[in-house]
Amino acid sequence: MTDLFKRRAGLASVLAASVLLTGCFGDDDDNDSKDKEYYIYEVTVLNATAGQPFSPLALIAHTNQYKAFTVGEAASTDLEYLAEGGSNSQILEGVADDNQVHTTLSGEGAVAPGASQTLTLKVEKQDAKSAYLTVLTMLVNTNDAVVAARGVNLSDLAVNGYHRMNAIAYDAGTEANTETAATIPGPAGGGEGFNATRDDRANLVTAHAGVVTSDDGLSTSALTHLHRWDNPTAVITVKRTR
Amino acid sequence: MNLRTALLAAAIGTVAVPAMAADLTVKITNLTQGIAFTPLLVAGHDSNTTLFSAGMSASASLQAMAEGGSIAGLSGDVTGAGGVVQENPAGGLLTAGQSAMTDIDTGANTQLSIVAMMLPTNDGFVALNNLTIPTVPGTYTYNLNAYDAGTEANDEVRGGGAPGVAGFPVPGPLDASVGTGGTGVNAVAEGFVHIHRGVLGDTSSDSGVSDIDSTTHRWLNPVARVTLTVK
Repeated sequence: MTDLFKRRAGLASVLAASVLLTGCFGDDDDNDSKDKEYYIYEVTVLNATAGQPFSPLALIAHTNQYKAFTVGEAASTDLEYLAEGGSNSQILEGVADDNQVHTTLSGEGAVAPGASQTLTLKVEKQDAKSAYLTVLTMLVNTNDAVVAARGVNLSDLAVNGYHRMNAIAYDAGTEANTETAATIPGPAGGGEGFNATRDDRANLVTAHAGVVTSDDGLSTSALTHLHRWDNPTAVITVKRTR
Repeated sequence: MNLRTALLAAAIGTVAVPAMAADLTVKITNLTQGIAFTPLLVAGHDSNTTLFSAGMSASASLQAMAEGGSIAGLSGDVTGAGGVVQENPAGGLLTAGQSAMTDIDTGANTQLSIVAMMLPTNDGFVALNNLTIPTVPGTYTYNLNAYDAGTEANDEVRGGGAPGVAGFPVPGPLDASVGTGGTGVNAVAEGFVHIHRGVLGDTSSDSGVSDIDSTTHRWLNPVARVTLTVK
C-alpha cells in the first residue's frame, strides 16, 4: 500500500517536471507562465554510507521560520513516521498547509549506498527570495536515524550557483536503539517501521551515536559492521538552474 | 565601475569595518545522545594563545580539564595572557541534547575557544579550538569534534578526576547510567592530543571490561554545535 503510494507520487513529480519544461521553453505570452514564475533548483543527494540505504527523500522549501526539528526537543509524529519507517508522506502532507512552507517534493524510491538521486525542485519566484531547503531521509537499517540538511539557503543563489554541504545523521529519539531485526524496517531486519510508542532514552532529537552491531558485542543486534557509518552520511548539492 | 559606484562601494566598505570590540552571544548545544559535558570554558584570546594543539602533548591545565573537568587552570592561562573568559554557562553539567548560552565581549581578542570534558570518558573533551571570530555581524554555526587529551589511559572504568589518577569521575547525575565492576580496558596514555577514537564499552552493567555502556555512551562527530552571534 505504502509502496504503491510512493510510486504514484514519483510519477506525479515526473509529470510535473515535464509540464514545467514546456513552460520553460514557451514564450512569454503563455498565459500559464505569466502569473507564476519559478526558480528551478537541481537537488542532488549522494548516499555516502557503506550499507545504509536512504528512504525516499523528503524535500521541503520554506522560510527561515520553519524547522523540521530542533535538537533537544521532541520530534513531531510526522517526523517519527519518516525516522522509524522511512515514510515521507506524513511530513510532506503535514507541512502542506504551513504558511512558512513554500513547496515540497518527494524522492523516487530508495537511494542505495553510493548512489545519488537528483530531483528538480521549483519554487515560485516571489517565494525564492526567502527560501531555505530542508532535506530529510531515513537510514533504513536503523531504529530511528534521520539524515538531515536543514536551512540550506536558496535565496542567495544566482543561476548556475550552487551550495554543497555534508549532512549528518540525527537520532529522532522516538525509538530505542535496540538494533533487533523486529525493529529495523530496512533489509537488514525486515521488521516494524512506525510505532507510536516512544521508548528511546529521552524523547528528544540528538545527533546519532552510530550503531553498535553484533560484530562489536551487541549480540541481539541484527546489524553487522557493514551497517556502520560515520558522518557525513550524505553530500547534498543544490544548484539553481533557472 | 564608474565613479559613483566606486564611491558607493567605498562608503559601504567604511560601514562594514568592524568595531574593535567583539560583542558575542555563544550558544553551545550538546548534540550527543548519552554524553554529558562538564562546566564549559568560553574564552576569547589573541592569536598567540592556544588551549592546545592537536599532535602536541597537553598542558597541565588542559589535562586537568580533560581528566576531571576543572577549568580553573585554563581560565587562568587565558586571563593571564590578556584574554577574557566566561565560565560554566550551563551552571553545571550540560547533558545530552541540551543547550547553554552566554554573552561574551572579547574586546580586542580575535580568537574564540570553547572546551569541556566529556563524561563518561577518561580524558575526552569537546573543543572549539582557536576560531577566528568573524568580523561581519551575523549568525554563524560551527560543528565541534571530540578530542582525546592523550594524558590518561582509556581504561574506561570508574576512578578519579584529579590529574594522573586513573579512571573517570562519576558525578551524581551520571551514576545510574555508568556501570561498575569493569576489569578495565588495556590501554596506555597516547601522549598527544588527537581526535578521540571513541569508547569501546560493553553491554554489562556490573562486569565486563568497561564501565561504559556501549549502547548508551556512544558518539559520532560532531558532538556539539556552536551558534555564534556577532553583534
